[in-house]
Amino acid sequence: MSEKINKAKKRWEDETLKKTIERFPERAEKFVTGSSEPIERLYTPADLEQSDYVEEIGFPGEYPFTRGVQPTMYRGRFWTMRQYAGFGTAQESNKRYKYLLSQGQTGLSVAFDLATQIGYDSDHDMSYGEVGKVGVAIDSLADMETLFEGIPLDRVSTSMTINAPASVLLAMYIAVAEKQGVSMAKISGTIQNDILKEYIARGTYIFPPKPSMRLITDIFDFCTKHVPKWNTISISGYHIREAGSTAAQEVGFTLANGIAYVQAAVDAGLQVDEFATRLSFFFNAHNDLLEEVAKFRAARRLWAKIMKQRFSARDPRSMMLRFHTQTGGSTLTAQQPQNNIVRVAIQTLAAVLGGTQSLHTNSYDEALALPSEDSVRIALRTQQIVAHESGVAETIDPLGGSYYVEQKTNLIEQQAREYIEKIDAMGGVVPAIESGYIQKEIQKSSYQYIMEVEEKERVIVGVNNFQAEKDNKPDLLKIDFTVQEEQIARVKALRAQRDQSAVDQALQSLKTVAMGSDNIMPYIIDAVKVYATLGEICDVLRGEFGEYKEAVIL
Amino acid sequence: MDAKIRVVIAKPGLDGHDRGAKVIAQALRDAGMEVIYTGIRQTPAAIVNVVIQEDAQVLGLSILSGAHNHLIPKVMELLEVNGVKDLCVVAGGVIPDEDIPRLKKVGVKEVFTPGTSIKDVINFIRNEVVHTSVA
Repeated sequence: MSEKINKAKKRWEDETLKKTIERFPERAEKFVTGSSEPIERLYTPADLEQSDYVEEIGFPGEYPFTRGVQPTMYRGRFWTMRQYAGFGTAQESNKRYKYLLSQGQTGLSVAFDLATQIGYDSDHDMSYGEVGKVGVAIDSLADMETLFEGIPLDRVSTSMTINAPASVLLAMYIAVAEKQGVSMAKISGTIQNDILKEYIARGTYIFPPKPSMRLITDIFDFCTKHVPKWNTISISGYHIREAGSTAAQEVGFTLANGIAYVQAAVDAGLQVDEFATRLSFFFNAHNDLLEEVAKFRAARRLWAKIMKQRFSARDPRSMMLRFHTQTGGSTLTAQQPQNNIVRVAIQTLAAVLGGTQSLHTNSYDEALALPSEDSVRIALRTQQIVAHESGVAETIDPLGGSYYVEQKTNLIEQQAREYIEKIDAMGGVVPAIESGYIQKEIQKSSYQYIMEVEEKERVIVGVNNFQAEKDNKPDLLKIDFTVQEEQIARVKALRAQRDQSAVDQALQSLKTVAMGSDNIMPYIIDAVKVYATLGEICDVLRGEFGEYKEAVIL
Repeated sequence: MDAKIRVVIAKPGLDGHDRGAKVIAQALRDAGMEVIYTGIRQTPAAIVNVVIQEDAQVLGLSILSGAHNHLIPKVMELLEVNGVKDLCVVAGGVIPDEDIPRLKKVGVKEVFTPGTSIKDVINFIRNEVVHTSVA
């Protein structure tokens, strides 16, 4: 068949195309994707000669899940619309969550401030200036109780962007639920819990890789037994992409991290099909619509193959790559910020056409500050418009079968696989991070991209072309410095009021288990329940585990 | 001027967004400057130490977490306490326009916000360093 098509294509090139190009040359010598990959003029079925439909593309809800993880996809129900939010104090964030839920949002997503993410209390020296800035400040269970006050944890699923101290925040969430009368068997949600990408791209690590992996496998084990509806990890390509990687690197490095987690859990004695059904992923959606759609499809197919072939998973749910998407923060411009609404709409389409399970849409003012209530509403409305008005959710994987998208899906899968093979040859992801290989690869792509922008080979509307004389600047959200003072006063008062001997005892037990090999989760739950602070718990672990030092790569 | 311009690029605070810092560091290096990049999560004191040790002429501070109003004045204060003079301090990151005058008042020479061309940064630094060394 492809011989016939190629012959016909040659004829078209000679008889039709050539004449046009001679008179009207194309806009550019070469065309490239958002990831600087070459794009051909035209794709035909001949480009898909190697793809067996049934084997490689198949049907939704079945291996290899190229077309989606559910048999009915959005005809069953829409993706979860989940806006990442949190700032200032627990009280303010609680108000924002209630607002978002009242506007039709279907799940919560908690942003913690950097001090919380790195396991420092608000009154620690390192927390200076950061308290409540990029998320909510949580020092103890008391703050967590305020954060979820009036929000029924048996009915809302909550995603928490927390990594190095994920066990501590999960323990607090379990304790708050219990106080609401909701057992841990009933709560649902996700912790990010992906330390490897923190070393690679995001930066909120605390401990070195080995004890960090143990904390993670302890969570897998604990949740398998006691918190069955919890997604124990969200293996994240998002930040790898934000750091400047290409689409193929996003898939390759993320799935390489995924392999490391599965291997660590298997090595710790867990059965693949017991924990792998609770693994989830988190990807970025950038502006190159078709490349992004292909990326999601490629990631799904490659992960299914990895789980089946490499880890001998048997339960099809272990092979399903379920993922959350966030639109691309780094694609937003500070210039003419209203234009970002359009960028986010395109990225929303990419995520939905790519089959995402949940989505956060960025607000148009995020290149300037944390989003305001108005801008968050527009971001949420963008998802609702795509869901209810665009029609793209009415059939499954509508771009499946596009010659270009299928070819691109194959290509990204192949490129991602090559990265994984290279990383395997280095002894896995941890050595590849320690040697700086992954960071260097991302840096190369990031630098190439910025140089293309600098040389105007790549047009960014409003930035290096189509600039406006005067920007229409929106009103920005400001975080008051008093947040830090209030939060410091609160944690100091808590330490004065609680039962100190209970805290000391809980921390002592935690220390003992940290040195041993028992599951650490129950001890962390005990410690948070007596109001040991996040910083105190992490300090005990720092004492036993040590701290990670960044390999500065440039 | 024959000697290379010596630049320290630093990430104060807890913010891990280092894409911009790394791109600038590499671009300045490609432009012929000698660049030391500190890595992320540096305290103001640690940054000032590097500046002194490396005898830097330029310090670039990159902050995207919103903590600039607290951290940058702290760095400036420590520079003064340690008697560092003739240092050209510039900042970059997610910094709202209205905060820029305050940062300039404590001695920051220029604030480069998102979308700034790298050539503009290079030109600014070259001009500034020539000025201070002539003066």
